[in-house]
Amino acid sequence: MASTVTMTVNGKSVTGAVEARTLLVHFLRETLGLTGTHVGCDTSQCGACVVHVDGKSVKSCTILAVQCAGADVMTIEGLAKDGTLHPMQEAFRDNHGLQCGFCTPGMVMSAVDLAKHNPAPSEQEVREWLEGNLCRCTGYHNIVKSVIAGAKAMQG
Amino acid sequence: MYNFEYHKPTSVADAAALLAKADDAKLMAGGMTLLPTLKQRLAQPSDVIDLGGIAGLAGIRKEGNALVVGAMTTHAAVAHSAEVKATIPALAHLAGMIGDPQVRHRGTIGGSIANNDPAADYPGALVALGATVTTNKRTIAADQFFTGLFETALDAGEIVQSVSFPVPEKAAYTKFRNPASRYAIVGSFVAKGPSGVRVAITGAGPTVFRWKEAEAALAGSFTPAAVEKLTAPSSGLNSDIHASAEYRAHLVGVMTKRAVAAAG
Ligand SMILES: Cc1cc2nc3c(=O)[nH]c(=O)nc-3n(C[C@H](O)[C@H](O)[C@H](O)COP(=O)(O)OP(=O)(O)OC[C@H]3O[C@@H](n4cnc5c(N)ncnc54)[C@H](O)[C@@H]3O)c2cc1C
Ligand code: FES
Ligand code: FES
Repeated sequence: MASTVTMTVNGKSVTGAVEARTLLVHFLRETLGLTGTHVGCDTSQCGACVVHVDGKSVKSCTILAVQCAGADVMTIEGLAKDGTLHPMQEAFRDNHGLQCGFCTPGMVMSAVDLAKHNPAPSEQEVREWLEGNLCRCTGYHNIVKSVIAGAKAMQG
Repeated sequence: MYNFEYHKPTSVADAAALLAKADDAKLMAGGMTLLPTLKQRLAQPSDVIDLGGIAGLAGIRKEGNALVVGAMTTHAAVAHSAEVKATIPALAHLAGMIGDPQVRHRGTIGGSIANNDPAADYPGALVALGATVTTNKRTIAADQFFTGLFETALDAGEIVQSVSFPVPEKAAYTKFRNPASRYAIVGSFVAKGPSGVRVAITGAGPTVFRWKEAEAALAGSFTPAAVEKLTAPSSGLNSDIHASAEYRAHLVGVMTKRAVAAAG
């Protein structure tokens, strides 16, 4: 029951074989080798797998690859340009917004989505927005600082 | 996840035809409940019919004195809609409290009500606002729609197309969230509108229900004080690791009082 699916990933058109049940995250990691997107819980809770589909942050463990046929997908690998980190990635580095780094790709993708709609989020707004992103290391404090700084840097 | 045949029809008629033809087909809206269920192998449909390709199923419009929300409208779209905020702000507020942003980007009103999770938020809004559900076959009043735990009045071949909410004079929703899942441990939606005062309780019982005693008290005086002394009976309420039936009964009173205060 395999078929092929074509979508745009990080600005490039890609085509690959999938089963109907193949999740987007598995297509990204296993077929395309884009292992920056992580699987934490596989139960739609943790947000380690967050990517953008048509400009909106979604959990790639809870969407089928076939549902994304024709879609524009952006993963953590698509953020840095010509070897320069995206301002949100830079902000996570500057503010020590990560420890083990497992949650970070999802955090950054979620944060970039927030900053697009809310260029100057308050601490409360950041915490509410990150409800679907779990971190087992940092206690969130520096993540929140990073997101506020990253959102600001994205405007400049 | 077991494999299945995937379809993405472009009209409700085609979706209904596929549904009728397959052995054991499942409709899919945003997949926010369906995919986790399939991953746990709690279901093994032969076919999955994605409603995401049907133009016209998503959207919000004003029709007379009602707000009509298409089945495929996401929680995020309802939460951010200027139209919803202007006409039924309580509905936008409710949608903005569902799960997290990524769930709200995919989850839909049609999927939420068809699933009828006892802890879901939307059933409270439909019942309190006296909404009407339009399917590809008929219209169903909210009072008749939610029939039991994960049960609705929908037939096997029936597809929800939209929900029509009469615009109330005032309304508010308050929920006591499960801090992990954000689902309602108890939610209370109060509304004063064309069909009188209604109080719909979600999360507390096997399915949404109206708290008639509070409705009667609020019909006399729509103030928090009117419900201050009422206690909801705990018999028949859910009891689980999150909250006992007695605690839920207590929360029904507290959430209702707060909702009335918020409705102003
Ligand atoms: C982490 C997490 C947190 C959540 N928190 C909350 C919360 O706080 N409050 C809350 O209310 N919900 C919550 N949800 C559920 C969420 O609101 C989803 O909207 C809901 O699960 C339905 O998802 P969906 O619209 O993607 O439908 P799907 O998962 O695609 O479908 C759900 C069911 O409805 C059927 N269906 C879908 N569309 C139709 C239609 N048009 N006609 C007939 N049948 C249809 C499907 O066949 C399936 O059986 C949460 C979910 C997750 C994953
Ligand atoms: S892996 Fe997708 S939400 Fe945890
Ligand atoms: S840095 Fe380790 S999980 Fe967040």
